Amino acid sequence: MPILWLICAVLIIAAIGFVIGRTRAISSGQGDIRNLHSLPSYYGWNVALKSMVPAFFVLIVWLIAQPLIISSVVSSNLPETAIPEGSSAGLIMSEVQRTSNGVSAAVISGDLDSAVLADSAADLSAVTEALKNAGQIVTTELTQPIWDAALSYRSMSNAGTTAMWVVVIALAIAGAVWGLRQTNADFRARNTVETSIRYMLIAAASIAILTTVGIVLSLVFNTIEFFRLYPITHFFFGTEWAPSFSGRGGSSELGILPLLWGTLYISVVALAVAVPIGLFAAIYLSEYASKSVRSVAKPLLEVLAGIPTIVYGLFALLTVGPLLVSVFGEGGYLGVDWQGGGRAVMTAGIVMGIMLIPFVSSLSDDIINAVPQSLRDGSYGLGATQSETIKQVVLPAALPGIVGAVLLAASRAIGETMIVVLGAGAAARLSLNPFEAMTTVTAKIVSQLTGDSDFSSPEALVAFALGMTLFILTLGLNIFALYIVNKYREQYD
Amino acid sequence: MTDATNSGAQAPKTSLIAHDARTKKRNSAEKRFRAYGVTAIGIGLFFLTVLFYSILKSGLPAFTTTVLSVEFTMTQEQYDEAEGTMLKTAKYQGFFNDGLAAQLAETGVEVEYDAKTIERIAGKTGNLIRAHYQENPNTIGSPVTFDLPTSSRVNRYINGEFTKDEVEDSRFLEAADLDLVDVMLASGTIRTVFDWNFITGKDSGVDNPGGAGIGASVIGSFFMMLVVLVLSLPIGVAASIYLEEFAPKNRWTDLIEVNISNLAAVPSIVFGILGLAVFIQFMHLPQSAPLVGGLVLTLMTLPTIIISTRASLKAVPPSIRDAALGIGASKMQAVFHHVLPLAMPGILTGTIIGLAQALGETAPLLLIGMVGFVAREYPEGFIQGFVEPNSAMPAQIYTWASRADAGFYEKAWGGIIVLLAFLLTMNIIAIILRRRFERRW
Repeated sequence: MPILWLICAVLIIAAIGFVIGRTRAISSGQGDIRNLHSLPSYYGWNVALKSMVPAFFVLIVWLIAQPLIISSVVSSNLPETAIPEGSSAGLIMSEVQRTSNGVSAAVISGDLDSAVLADSAADLSAVTEALKNAGQIVTTELTQPIWDAALSYRSMSNAGTTAMWVVVIALAIAGAVWGLRQTNADFRARNTVETSIRYMLIAAASIAILTTVGIVLSLVFNTIEFFRLYPITHFFFGTEWAPSFSGRGGSSELGILPLLWGTLYISVVALAVAVPIGLFAAIYLSEYASKSVRSVAKPLLEVLAGIPTIVYGLFALLTVGPLLVSVFGEGGYLGVDWQGGGRAVMTAGIVMGIMLIPFVSSLSDDIINAVPQSLRDGSYGLGATQSETIKQVVLPAALPGIVGAVLLAASRAIGETMIVVLGAGAAARLSLNPFEAMTTVTAKIVSQLTGDSDFSSPEALVAFALGMTLFILTLGLNIFALYIVNKYREQYD
Repeated sequence: MTDATNSGAQAPKTSLIAHDARTKKRNSAEKRFRAYGVTAIGIGLFFLTVLFYSILKSGLPAFTTTVLSVEFTMTQEQYDEAEGTMLKTAKYQGFFNDGLAAQLAETGVEVEYDAKTIERIAGKTGNLIRAHYQENPNTIGSPVTFDLPTSSRVNRYINGEFTKDEVEDSRFLEAADLDLVDVMLASGTIRTVFDWNFITGKDSGVDNPGGAGIGASVIGSFFMMLVVLVLSLPIGVAASIYLEEFAPKNRWTDLIEVNISNLAAVPSIVFGILGLAVFIQFMHLPQSAPLVGGLVLTLMTLPTIIISTRASLKAVPPSIRDAALGIGASKMQAVFHHVLPLAMPGILTGTIIGLAQALGETAPLLLIGMVGFVAREYPEGFIQGFVEPNSAMPAQIYTWASRADAGFYEKAWGGIIVLLAFLLTMNIIAIILRRRFERRW
């Protein structure tokens, strides 16, 4: 891994710079650090930062940019004829990359003679054989254009990597020299170092914005790409979801309505389980429970929130599903034949409800606790019982917060993936029977993007449009929840 | 109003001892309301119990395996004879079956069986035995005890997952074989041992649930968590320090704050889409690599770490900062030399909890290709651990749960026990850190 060595080299240069800068500063103060503007180590840090920061910045940008530039150059040189029927430029480029990486590995392992590389008229079947012997994955026989492209790809990346080494190390040394030349007793080293640390802190904080931008961009671009291939009205108003597998032609029906219906149905079932249980648990814990009961029951309920969702998914698939079938299925205890298989809206909904109980209860608990005691005392003074006080005074005062908590729980339910992937089934249908299998937006994102489909067919790109819908839906719910909480919050003080 | 004194009407007869109807109604409403609360908590705890009961009941058998244990001596002549034939392993198997027959005869077994029965119970044993003698030629002629794994169906029968009557005869298992299994169990020839292979082993193919282990994916998870720790701790702490200590009140700061609180609520699958589009589609990082998984989980964990770090920075009283500034420290020195060390226990607690969340996260890993990859190999070295395809614990559990063979379900439950054990350990460490180092000002 040469990049690791490069990083080490830069770090060593910075460390040497630190030591030299520090000693130089001390000697320029005639050996008495009271003559210096800053503490000696700040002079050292000044040198080290000046050599490290620009070098690492260039290194990161280079690492991201180099493959992009080289691929675009190589693919523009590829003749049109090199792309066979039913393939795309992207697939060919990944083959070129694979071949190029394979050649490098095979040369190192000695399976391929490096003399072959200089010869563009080499015997390709022999090269393929050599690559296969070296354990490299080469799909089929290499073709001449791919071989040429792979060779130019390889030589360009080798040249690029060498140039990167030179540039990065030169930058590190130049930075160190610049820092050292600044070093003298009057130089305001601390101020310089502190300013640059401050900029680094700002950069770290801005990663949150960068992430959001990344999410939005990756969703938007692929969604636009999808709507170029598939009519937007069919997507939003189509009532059928039947993606064909790529290769059989573009006869897919990709309507989102059945998926949205499944998502909402499962979320409603989940909330019907979680909200009453969570709310009553919160009321009991905050109003009735003794301190010792509270200190045991509250953490135990919150354990439910700490369990990974894959566990709930498995619980739905292997425990709750079969249990429901044995009650509501054919020959079950109730003697009705409502449920065909373990995967159903009910299965996923109930399990998701269990997962959401602590979410509702701890948020509501905080909100109920925030209602001031004076309101309760006033109600007791008028002769109300405890439950009347809760129902008529505490809950109305806490209502906006509770609504906010329920909305947040709903946004969790809509975005939940593992439980529905394992528990809800794969069939998209618009049905009212809660014991039938249905599917959701998240489950279909997973099924359309898992596996090695390329990202140019509408069947794969639809996942980005689904993701966009999901993102907007959950974001809207969250913002709405915050708005309600802020707008209707009572100010008691 | 004075005319409302209802002079004509009789005052209702009330008593302090006997309640009137309305008071009774109100009191019973009170009791009912209280009962609802108790019931709700009861239901919640009931779900928790059922969940853990089913995890333990279905998962514990994954940690044990049944072996066919036979003491067997191979003579030099037999070895030479076996090595001289074409079908070497079949010959070894024949010798082994003779040895087994002798051992069973000693215990007085009267069940009819043939070589096929043994093969259905213990698989093709020949190559295991041959491999043993090839590696240890000096044991030829002296007795050796072989512990050979039994087939997964026999394993499940012994665990009580089905009874003899439910067996449909197939080439994998016949009902009559189980008579022999019962006898062998009674005589101790088949016994249950702890299955180290499940904890340290690698994933097997789709047709061999018995040999599947979670070890390789534990290593995958470990490398992922290393990436998350190395990236999210410094970035998260730096971001929180800026927002809490330095940020001026302006639009950029507001934008950052809004973004952080929104990112904390974005569904995890959307982060998976981000990882797929940016790290794999755009940057061409290797698919299924722990590095990519770690990067995606870092972005997911950052909001959690930032929120908890800010809380612990806020908890350090301003007097500490004032004292440092008062004796001439710069603002940066006050923060890095005094505030940050005091906030460190809280920051570490938040980080561990964030890591525990990331460890159990599955949905983003599905999209970056960690599912469907069979983790057959351990990574070769430290750097390969980051960039070579591997699985991770939750992804491995999902893979097992979606395989057709029901034998993998047990492995999936067992994997969950391992995963929960890691989460429990991390949370306990966080609690201990908090208890031990938390300071109240």
